[in-house]
Amino acid sequence: MDSFAGMLFLKDIAKGFLLTLKYLLFKSRVTINYPHEKGPISPRFRGEHALRRYPNAEERCIACKLCEAICPAQAITIEAEPTNDGSRRTTRYDIDMTKCIYCGLCQEACPIDAIVEGPNFEFATETHEELYYTKEKLMDNGDRWEAQIAANLMVDNPDK
Amino acid sequence: MIVQAFAFYLFAGILILSALMVITARNPVHSVLFLILAFFNAAGIFVLLGAEFLAMILIIVHVGAVTVLFLFVVMMLDVDFSTLRKRSVSYIFPSIILGGILLFELVIIYTYWYMAPEALTNIAQDQSAFEGLSNTQALGMVLYTDYVFAFQMAGLILLVAMIGVTVLTLRKRPDIHKQRLHDQYLRKPSDVLEITRVTPKTGV
Amino acid sequence: MNPIEDFANNSLDLWLVQSGIWLAWTVAYSLLVIVGVLVCVAYLTYAERKILGGMQRRQGPMTVGPFGLLQPIADGIKLFSKETIIPSHAHRFVFLLAPVLLFSLSLIAWVVIPFDKGWVLANINVGVLFLFAISSMSVCSIIMAGWASNSRYAFLGGIHSASQMISYEVSMGLIIVCVLLVTGSLNLQEIVLAPRPLWVQVMLLPMLVIFLVSILAKCNRAPFDLPDGESEIVGGFMVEYSAMSYALLILAKYANMILMSAVTSILFLGGWLPPFGMNFLGFVPGIIWFALKTAAILFFFIWTRATLPRFRYDQLMRLGWKIFLPFTLIWVVFMAGMLMSFDALPGQKQAKAFTAAQIEHVMQQQEK
Repeated sequence: MDSFAGMLFLKDIAKGFLLTLKYLLFKSRVTINYPHEKGPISPRFRGEHALRRYPNAEERCIACKLCEAICPAQAITIEAEPTNDGSRRTTRYDIDMTKCIYCGLCQEACPIDAIVEGPNFEFATETHEELYYTKEKLMDNGDRWEAQIAANLMVDNPDK
Repeated sequence: MIVQAFAFYLFAGILILSALMVITARNPVHSVLFLILAFFNAAGIFVLLGAEFLAMILIIVHVGAVTVLFLFVVMMLDVDFSTLRKRSVSYIFPSIILGGILLFELVIIYTYWYMAPEALTNIAQDQSAFEGLSNTQALGMVLYTDYVFAFQMAGLILLVAMIGVTVLTLRKRPDIHKQRLHDQYLRKPSDVLEITRVTPKTGV
Repeated sequence: MNPIEDFANNSLDLWLVQSGIWLAWTVAYSLLVIVGVLVCVAYLTYAERKILGGMQRRQGPMTVGPFGLLQPIADGIKLFSKETIIPSHAHRFVFLLAPVLLFSLSLIAWVVIPFDKGWVLANINVGVLFLFAISSMSVCSIIMAGWASNSRYAFLGGIHSASQMISYEVSMGLIIVCVLLVTGSLNLQEIVLAPRPLWVQVMLLPMLVIFLVSILAKCNRAPFDLPDGESEIVGGFMVEYSAMSYALLILAKYANMILMSAVTSILFLGGWLPPFGMNFLGFVPGIIWFALKTAAILFFFIWTRATLPRFRYDQLMRLGWKIFLPFTLIWVVFMAGMLMSFDALPGQKQAKAFTAAQIEHVMQQQEK
């Protein structure tokens, strides 16, 4: 009898209506206003790549090519030559960002934290070509995000 | 009066043109669309005559129901017109005979046409009872008093047709699974669902 | 009002001036109504997005203008500046005619809607039937749109839409008969003004519920939005339309929603009169009550969309033909019986007088 009355007066539907009304009136909005607000990002976030320098502005990368070897998407291409002062440096360090799967293995492989994935995730471009990152672009990224990258690395591994 | 005459000739002209297009259009869907236009203009003429109830009923019944059904049927049919036209040539002789018979009958009807003698007196009858009534009310008063038998008979005939169609198309399908909403509604989660908390390494 | 009929009585000059004024007034009023309806349509889409967003704990439009208030205008500009694509095998003329027809029909219907006492363009005797006639025309134009697109999805959507609208029109007609039993007129103003005792209103309440569900089906709105059915037939009869023609279809759809809400508020909620018979609120202009009532029903439309999932097609037909139709049919008979036995039918006295006059007439003839 109870269920018959429920059927006649659309009890379940009324319950649904009340639920949606409750959501409209009393619940806070969970979406954020994206370009103006951003969600929190972990220090381990794997975003856009960057090549870092030592504090004395010397570039860290020694062209060991471990990152190139480990890259599962084969997105990294490195060419290297000894420089005038006898040290080994890259002449070319390209990352094809359209191939990259942001697995983070390159920064895991790097013995001196030269290649890292920074916190930046807003690097959409209008053309495909702009996503073929060259050494200049990566060094530039490193300079731009260095403070944040260093802080993130500290948080992640304070002993280093 | 000028405006009304203009409106009448406009409606009548479009009505005749679209009626012609109904029978001459190559695509049957276009024919039905022209039929809709014809109904619409006929309704316009009804409105000009002050018969707004009839006009609206014409559109509701004929455009809203009848031609929509026509459209359904015509759109579903995939007719190949070239073969149809070829075959129709072979039927030209019988169709001329049939048409001739129909024409002959029409001529006979026209020549022997006479008006019932009481019709004129019916027209001249006292209309004072309808004074101040709207079209709809006046029609209702006549329909449910003098012509109630004919009206109800028409309804019954339609009902018989409806039942006939239902009987002809109804088929019991024991092989398909049918939804029984009532049973579904009466089913409670507690009847069919049991939630047990399973402690590890013991099984259910 | 109509000076055209007075032509014989007046001089030509006077007739010209009078009909000029009448024409200008009519055009101005129509323009006002059209612009009003279109603005309402624009902000109905905004309200829908905001309310749906709120019920799903989202923000809704935020970026264009304060609180995203200019969003509908931006949408409109976007749609109207796009390219209209006509599919190569579409029936070109019918394809383009259908949205125009649908849109103009959704505006034409507004001529009989009274916004306040006397605020109506065409105060015709058969207003309700006019609305029905217009809606049956729009069924045709939906089928035209579906057929002319020459696409299976569009065709299926058109057929879905048409059969759904026809099915629910039947029970809607019977519900309106219930209202007409109380009011005794097909004129929408008289329907609003007809007195309704409380017990009659209680009897009309189930009809109001069924009418609300039926207009959901008639406007192809969730949970009866099978003609659109984004997940099954990718937008139904609108699938091949783009830009301008798509905008017209959408405008027609939302204008129809507003129209149906207005009709519901006229038939059941007393149109421009203050709610619940609170006559001391009579100082508020009637159009505000009318707008509030219409907006409440529009909120119901959107609320339903946020709450209920889509019906399956056989369930939709079952609801229309096997539940609503018998129920409304029984209710018409029941209401007629009740009204008759309490002598509350509107034309009852008139009809009795008419029958008495006829009997007298027959008697007189027999005496002769």
